[in-house]
Amino acid sequence: MAQQSGIFHEDYRSDLQLRPTTMQRLRLVLLFVFLFGMPVFAGSLEMRYANNILIALIGSIGLNILVGFTGQISLGQGAFLAVGAYSSGLLVVYLNVPWYLSILLAGAITALIGGFFGLPSLRLKGLYLAVATLAAQQIVQWVLRNWDPIDGDINQRVGEALNIPAANFFGHRLNDNEYAFYFVVLFFAVLAVLAATNLFRTHIGRAFIAIRDQDIAAEVMGVHLFRYKLLAFATSSFFVGVAGALLAQHSTSISWESFTINVSIQYLAMIIIGGLGSVSGSIYGAIFITLLPQIIRGLGNGIEDALQLVASAESQLAAHFAERFQDLLPRIEQGAFGLAIILTLILEPEGLRKLWQNIKDYFRLWPFSY
Amino acid sequence: MKVEGVTLRFGGVLALQDVSLHIAPQQIYAIIGPNGAGKTSLLNCICGLYRPQSGRIQYGDVDLVGLPTHHLPRLGIARSFQNIELFRHMSVLDNLMLARHVHMKKNIFSALLYWGRGQREEIRQREFVEHVIDLLEIQGIRRQTVAALSYGLQKRVELGRALATNPSILLLDEPMAGMNVEEKEDIARYILDINEEWGVTIVLIEHDMGAVMDISDYVAVLDFGRKIGEGKPEEIRENQAVIHAYLGQADER
Repeated sequence: MAQQSGIFHEDYRSDLQLRPTTMQRLRLVLLFVFLFGMPVFAGSLEMRYANNILIALIGSIGLNILVGFTGQISLGQGAFLAVGAYSSGLLVVYLNVPWYLSILLAGAITALIGGFFGLPSLRLKGLYLAVATLAAQQIVQWVLRNWDPIDGDINQRVGEALNIPAANFFGHRLNDNEYAFYFVVLFFAVLAVLAATNLFRTHIGRAFIAIRDQDIAAEVMGVHLFRYKLLAFATSSFFVGVAGALLAQHSTSISWESFTINVSIQYLAMIIIGGLGSVSGSIYGAIFITLLPQIIRGLGNGIEDALQLVASAESQLAAHFAERFQDLLPRIEQGAFGLAIILTLILEPEGLRKLWQNIKDYFRLWPFSY
Repeated sequence: MKVEGVTLRFGGVLALQDVSLHIAPQQIYAIIGPNGAGKTSLLNCICGLYRPQSGRIQYGDVDLVGLPTHHLPRLGIARSFQNIELFRHMSVLDNLMLARHVHMKKNIFSALLYWGRGQREEIRQREFVEHVIDLLEIQGIRRQTVAALSYGLQKRVELGRALATNPSILLLDEPMAGMNVEEKEDIARYILDINEEWGVTIVLIEHDMGAVMDISDYVAVLDFGRKIGEGKPEEIRENQAVIHAYLGQADER
C-alpha cells in the first residue's frame, strides 16, 4: 500500500485515527451525502436493490469476521441467517416484541447459537471445520422444516412459511415501503461497518487475525485460543443474525427455502471476491454479488429487445435466433455470472478491495511509479 | 527456572531423557547440541506445547507442566520460534501490539465502540511497544506488513514480539539462524541489551558456537535427548564428552 507523504503525527491518538487527512474525511462526508440523498432520485426498484445490498453487506461483514479475519471456514451462513430471521419473526409473532428490539435480540440469539456451533473449532481446523459447520446448516434446516415452535411437535409444519406482521416505522409499513426500510437498514449497516472497523483496530480483532495467521504463536503470546474462536463465532453470528432479522422484516414471510446451503456459498463468494479479511472488501463483495445478476439480466434483456426489433423487420433468420435466445437467456445469465467471478479473481486474487487499492496506488504514485 | 528429570517420548522415540537444568535469574543460559538433540522439544515442554511423561518444570513457585500455554505471558515467560511464526499479514506494529494482549484491560463493547477507555488502553500499550521498537531499532518498518520484510528483519521482529510481552524470562529458539555475520552481531547486541538493561533472563538455543561462547554465562549441552555436559563456556570448551559429540568438528577449523 502506498502511503501518502507529508503527514506527520504528533501523538499516538492522531496516529491511530482511521481517516487522518482532510481529503479522506471529505470523501466520507460525500459518501454520506450520497447515501442519504439516494432516495431522492432513486426509484422503488433501485431502492429495493440498495436494501438487498445493505442487508447482504451486514451478513458478509459477519461472515468475513469469521472466515476472512479469524480463518475459521464456515458453511453455516445460511443457517445463521435463518436463526436470525426466525428469531426475529417468532419474537414479533408470539411475544409481541417490537420489531426493532426483535432485530437486536435476534442478533443475540444467533450469537449464542453460532457460539454453540463453533464448539468443534476447538479441535477442527480448515476444511474439517467447514464440514462441521455444514452440520449446523443441515441441523437448522431440518429443524425449520419439521418443528412447530408453538406446541413443540415434530412434523407439524413441513416447509410452511412463517408470516410476520408488517413492521410499522413512523406510520410506514416496512415490507412494502422500500424508502422507509432503506433508512432502517442503512442505520444497521453503518453501525455494522463502524463496529467491525473498530473491532479490528483493538486487541480482540488482532487476536482474531493472529489465530488465523499462526495459532500456536498466538497461544504462546497469551491468546486463549478456544475463547477467542468462540468469540469470533459469536461476534460473526451476531452480525449475521441481524442481517437475517432484517431479511425477515423486509419480506414478512420467511421459509426455510431462502436459507439453504446455496446462500452460504453465495456469501462465501461475496467475501472471496470482495477480499478476505477486510471490512471494505465485504462491502464491495456484497455490492458485486447482489448487483451483477441484475446487470447481466439488464444486458440480456437489451440484446433480446434488439434481436426482436431486427426480427420484426422481416428477417426469418433473426426471428428464429431471437426465439432461441429467449430460451437460452437464463442459462447465458448464469454462465456470464460465473465468468465474471472467475475473471475478477484472475485479475486480482485478493479481491475487489485489492483491485481498488491498486488503482488508488497507481494514481498516487503516477507518473513515477518506481 | 528449574527443569527436573524431564522425559519426553514420542511413541518409541525418546526425545528427552531425564533432563535437568537450573537456570538462575538474569543469566544468559545457552542450550546447544546437534540437530535432533531435543533442544526445541525442551522449549516446547516448557511452553506447554508438549507434555513430558515425567519430570517437573518450575518457574518461581509455579509448576509449568500441565499449565495451559496461554498463561505463560502472565507468568513472564515469552519465546520466539525457530521457524519464524509471526503473524504474516499484520503490520510489525500490530504484531508487537498483539504481544500486549495479556496486559490489556479487555472488553468487547469498548472494542466495538473504540471510545474512551478502549482508545486510552490502546494508546497506553502503544507507548510500551514503542520502547521495544526503539530498543530493536525497527522504527522504519513499523508500518510494514511482516510478509514483505527480509528474513533478518523478520527474526528481529519476532524477538521484538516476544520482548513486547514484557517477560522476565525469554526463550529464544535459534534467533541467529540463517543470518550473515553482521546480522548475528546485531542480534547478539540486542540480546545483551535486553539482558543487561531490562534484566531479562535469556534461554538461548543456538548453533553458532562463536556467538554462544561469547555472550552466554552458562551452557548446557544436549545430545540424543540427554544432557551430556554443562558449565561455563570455557569449561564446555574443554569438556571431552561435548567435544566428542559436537564441538570436535567445529574446533578443527
